[in-house]
Amino acid sequence: MTQAGTMPAAAAAAATDRPTQPALVEMQDISKAFGAVRALTHVNLTIAPAEVLGLVGDNAAGKSTLMKILAGAIQPDSGRILVRGRPVSFSGPIAARDAGIEMIYQDFALVPELTVTQNIFLGRELTGPALGVLRRKAMAERARKLFAELGLRVPSVSASVRELSGGQQQAVAIARATGFDAKLVIMDEPTANLGAPAIAKVRETIARLKAQGVAVIVISHRLEDIFSVGDRFVVMKHGRVVGTRAVSDTDNDEIVQMIVSGSDPRGDRTAAE
Amino acid sequence: MSVNAEPRAVTGDTGPGAQQPADLVVPLGRQLAVLAVRYGMFVALLIWIVVMSFSTEHFFSSTNLLNVARQAAPIIIIGVGMTFVMATAGIDLSVGAVVALISCLAASWLALGLSVWIVVPLLLLVGAVLGGINGLAVWAGIPAFIVTLAALVSVRGLAFVYSDGYAVPVTDEAFIWLGRGSILGINTPFVLATVVALVGWFLLNRTRFGLHTLAVGGREEAARVMGLRIGVIKLAVYAITGALAALGGIVVTARLANGSPNAGMSMELDVIAAVVLGGTSLFGGSATIVGTVVGALFINFIRNGLNLMNVDPYWVQVVTGIVLVLAVLLNSVVNRRVVQWARRGAEGRR
Repeated sequence: MTQAGTMPAAAAAAATDRPTQPALVEMQDISKAFGAVRALTHVNLTIAPAEVLGLVGDNAAGKSTLMKILAGAIQPDSGRILVRGRPVSFSGPIAARDAGIEMIYQDFALVPELTVTQNIFLGRELTGPALGVLRRKAMAERARKLFAELGLRVPSVSASVRELSGGQQQAVAIARATGFDAKLVIMDEPTANLGAPAIAKVRETIARLKAQGVAVIVISHRLEDIFSVGDRFVVMKHGRVVGTRAVSDTDNDEIVQMIVSGSDPRGDRTAAE
Repeated sequence: MSVNAEPRAVTGDTGPGAQQPADLVVPLGRQLAVLAVRYGMFVALLIWIVVMSFSTEHFFSSTNLLNVARQAAPIIIIGVGMTFVMATAGIDLSVGAVVALISCLAASWLALGLSVWIVVPLLLLVGAVLGGINGLAVWAGIPAFIVTLAALVSVRGLAFVYSDGYAVPVTDEAFIWLGRGSILGINTPFVLATVVALVGWFLLNRTRFGLHTLAVGGREEAARVMGLRIGVIKLAVYAITGALAALGGIVVTARLANGSPNAGMSMELDVIAAVVLGGTSLFGGSATIVGTVVGALFINFIRNGLNLMNVDPYWVQVVTGIVLVLAVLLNSVVNRRVVQWARRGAEGRR
């Protein structure tokens, strides 16, 4: 919220790739291997408040791994993460969420048997003074308010997620990720398999988050999503960052060329190393 | 009975393309059908009790009802733990064997002259440790079915090794009270079972631990990325079940005043049957303590009623098996079909 007034400046800073204010999140020199497979090699990534960053690349480029590290779901072998200039260490997803970093997974990561409220508060339930007793009314109340504020619709916060349609399930996942003072929301393929109205809804959500000063990282195969709501592209291939481009300074062909070739045609702008 | 110990993948209709109206109005008739199937076991239990009350002389007497409650008590006690295990999409086949080992240990420790106040907590601890070992193995990734099948065999073996195959009588009055005594006219085993069920219900439905147990069983990957401590939860549910199996073993031993390596033989099947009859899903994610209590009572009321009608005990086993299959059919296939049918009714009306 505090960033809302400086939003255009932040966007401009991002566009020139030279932030004038401290970055919201910096990932420095991140490497990760799964056995013999090197998923990420010395990756750097910076995002400013209220910036919408499109993370693009082929399958196995390392996008999801990089984002899961940022969301605390997996731990890097080396490198460090700074949030507002301060080094942090995410031992797990709860630590990342406490730092204001949320992720919306492609499959929404909801438990079908649990209710909408239970899913929204999963892992950070409101509990009474003793023994982890749940404050069920308070959580249901907050969940209802949350949906009203976000303008998202579900039949009832006490319905189980299993009974919801795909679009409604996505609404629950969005509410969970954005309802707790998030500073950065990561979306993994938010528009895959969606119809046109649902895609419009996702774009609307991203624009709303940006207006509130929240940074968004979108992993997407659909470049038109980034061109319509994004500020900047980061292209990855084979676990490295190929290059970065302001949306206003590039076109579809150049991004596709970077994704396919794995090299930056302008050379000097390479973010790797 | 096929038991799937693997955590299941996504259930439910999660196809993002499927759009549904926000406000579905299900026709009343179909709503009733859904309720009838969902609470089928409760209805069946009531019908059975009414029919038996009219067709046999001694069924509906407080003596007989309390007697059935006492017989059901160990199944209820252990079933509460099993409900938690099955909520995580697990299974514990070792509970009957734990009952046997506890039975032998109890008789031998009491014979040494140790006080009940020392023996009972120690036995509960032994049960929790045995369950905890199961839990660690499941945490490590071995299927629960295999882990606890191995435990069934080896813990039963331990009971025979420890006792050398002999039963040992129990004479400690305070201990025997746990199986034969009563509190305010209700037999101690059923009082214990009631307390365990109430605590279990609260834990499952009102605490963070219970919610996380259901989340782990509902969809483990979602629980993982939301940062739940999956391993700890699995360890805990098996340890709780082990401790409750020990408590069940204490009750059985006290009632028979006898510590035997043959105690609790195939009791795991009764316990699992009670939990499944009650409506807890074999695949995790949804569980009901009330259902488990009803399931345990139902099994014992069926046996009791058939016994009072002088039905051949071998046929009683056959009938119990058939009832179990019908109940699982009701809880899984029929329930799903009826719910879908009710939804179609709602959409048709739109």
